[in-house]
Amino acid sequence: MAFEGLSERLQGTMTKIKGKGKVTEADVKDMMREVRFALIEADVNLKVVKEFVKKVSERAAGSDVMESLTPGQQVVKIVKDELTELMGGEESKINFSTKQPTVIMMVGLQGAGKTTTTGKLAGLLRKKHNRKPLLVAADVYRPAAIQQLETIGKQLTIPVFSKGTDMSPVEIARQAIEHAKAEHMDTVIIDTAGRLHVDEDLMQELKDIRALKEPDEIFLVVDAMTGQDAVNVAQSFDEAIGISGVVLTKLDGDTRGGAALSIRTVTQKPIKFIGMGEKLDALDVFHPERMASRILGMGDMLSLIEKA
Amino acid sequence: EKTRTGFTSKINDLVAKYRKVDEDFFEELEEVLLQADVGFETVIELMDDLRYEVQRKNVRDTSNVQSVISEKLVEIYQAGDAELNEINFADGLTVILMVGVNGVGKTTTIGKLAHRFKNEGKSVMLAAGDTFRAGAIEQLDVWGQRVGVDVIKQAAGSDPAAVMYDAVRSAKSRGVDVLICDTAGRLQNKVNLMNELQKVHRVISREVPGAPHEVLLALDATTGQNAMIQAQTFKDVTEVTGIVLTKLDGTAKGGIVLAIRNKLKIPVKFVGLGEKLDDLQPFDPQKYVYGLFAE
Ligand SMILES: Nc1nc2c(ncn2[C@@H]2O[C@H](COP(=O)(O)OP(=O)(O)OP(=O)(O)O)[C@@H](O)[C@H]2O)c(=O)[nH]1
Ligand SMILES: Nc1nc2c(ncn2[C@@H]2O[C@H](COP(=O)(O)OP(=O)(O)OP(=O)(O)O)[C@@H](O)[C@H]2O)c(=O)[nH]1
Ligand SMILES: [Mg+2]
Ligand SMILES: [Mg+2]
Repeated sequence: MAFEGLSERLQGTMTKIKGKGKVTEADVKDMMREVRFALIEADVNLKVVKEFVKKVSERAAGSDVMESLTPGQQVVKIVKDELTELMGGEESKINFSTKQPTVIMMVGLQGAGKTTTTGKLAGLLRKKHNRKPLLVAADVYRPAAIQQLETIGKQLTIPVFSKGTDMSPVEIARQAIEHAKAEHMDTVIIDTAGRLHVDEDLMQELKDIRALKEPDEIFLVVDAMTGQDAVNVAQSFDEAIGISGVVLTKLDGDTRGGAALSIRTVTQKPIKFIGMGEKLDALDVFHPERMASRILGMGDMLSLIEKA
Repeated sequence: EKTRTGFTSKINDLVAKYRKVDEDFFEELEEVLLQADVGFETVIELMDDLRYEVQRKNVRDTSNVQSVISEKLVEIYQAGDAELNEINFADGLTVILMVGVNGVGKTTTIGKLAHRFKNEGKSVMLAAGDTFRAGAIEQLDVWGQRVGVDVIKQAAGSDPAAVMYDAVRSAKSRGVDVLICDTAGRLQNKVNLMNELQKVHRVISREVPGAPHEVLLALDATTGQNAMIQAQTFKDVTEVTGIVLTKLDGTAKGGIVLAIRNKLKIPVKFVGLGEKLDDLQPFDPQKYVYGLFAE
């Protein structure tokens, strides 16, 4: 019962056009309506969709579609190209500090995947960048959040800095950074508690952690299944603390992941990694083009169009 | 909660802006619903119904259209049968199975439910059926302590079906009223994990005839259209009897449950409104519908 992709959606319009043998402006408009449908069903924010469709319409109204023998495929191609471009380049690199240690903060809504991604990222940094990470248990609110991170640390044999739940997260983070310096651990990854973007006290806490030592990365961790609200969340976190990148989790599911486009559009910050599973090695580089195809529900269509 | 209490809402603004109920009006209404994650199919169906209703009742004045709209929405939500947001308690042991994708709020909701049932004078027991996720057993344990109820658990990594078997046995022998079973989060497209869940379900039914009496699907209000697929798949595998819509204290509206209700007829039983013990409320369709329009 998965949703139809854009290509299937355009089929109906195509049949109409075939009968006439010529693409009219009205046909392009019809096709754009399908583009709008497809994007909203993929959870792209409505406002983002509107802007996007306007842009694509302008291109589609140009001669390449009007005179094409395969207008449907042309439209799909234009949409996909524009989407890919909007999604930015492949930017999985991490900004390391020259002043030890590098500090990375993980932030986001409740249950997005911060703690799991903290572990995954540490594993990746150790393996690919030869770093010596320290994980910081700065979630003192969620029941057993510390045990969760400690278990993950044990699974990876990466040390976890924890001070129980009585110390403030800001103080824990401060001590952790000192500890890393003293023990020559070059990368500190701070796992913060999930919080609502409208929770002023908890957003202030993030600002205070941030003020300890300017983080080299602040990753907003976002569930790929997020719907229309993704723009509010991303915008609020970015405005409050200035995120440096996004990690999109749970993409091993069957969601279209339109939130990727929404977030990218409103924050202009790169999506750096994607979570592809619960295991601690399931962290991949973000590929804009694959994401674009996924949002459009293209799958195998893709290669056909590319060859056309 | 703030956004859910009154009618001082977007729909009012919307209505106030228009003097006539015309196409612009409907278009904006459509957008409000799409932005609440209701989803296209349901929104279009709704708009057709509304247009018809407005015409039939000859509503011209925007101030009357407000009630027509909310009536219609609540009606769609209730879809014929009387609303079933009560928990189906058995005479003896009631078993409740909590299911859902990763991170939606299953374990937290179990804590809240246990608290609620305990306050109603029932004896409650919890089963730590998530043996997979790091810290999951400890998390449920903390909730058990907070509420003051026993948690049946085994070591991390053990077979969840075995935990359930154990839990059901102890619940029966100790004569508790309600056993609430936690399960690991799983994405609905993971066939192995869904099979595992089916097995857990089977073990429970085998041990207690008629159980589980409730299979509650936790859905995160922040989730978009994928929630429909979640509901469909979990329903196919475990005969979901109700939904708990979590994290409604944020800015997301959880509009997709309207579509789910419309299409799959699964009722929402509770809403989650925070991370504390008593941040759980019975679902109120009226409030929910108003919330869809709230700023
Ligand atoms: N399938 C899948 N599950 C994931 C992924 N990332 C995280 N999870 C799961 O999502 C759930 C929540 O992950 P956590 O890491 O606890 O999320 P969090 O953001 O730290 O949650 P809070 O601390 O409560 O705010 C867990 O069940 C994880 O195993 C992913 O990429 N794929
Ligand atoms: N704001 C808010 N947060 C909630 C609500 N319900 C749960 N949470 C938070 O969401 C996060 C995930 O909750 P859990 O109960 O661990 O979710 P889960 O479905 O058991 O997660 P997994 O077992 O990892 O699949 C935690 O940080 C909870 O505190 C709610 O109604 N509102
Ligand atoms: Mg966490
Ligand atoms: Mg859980």
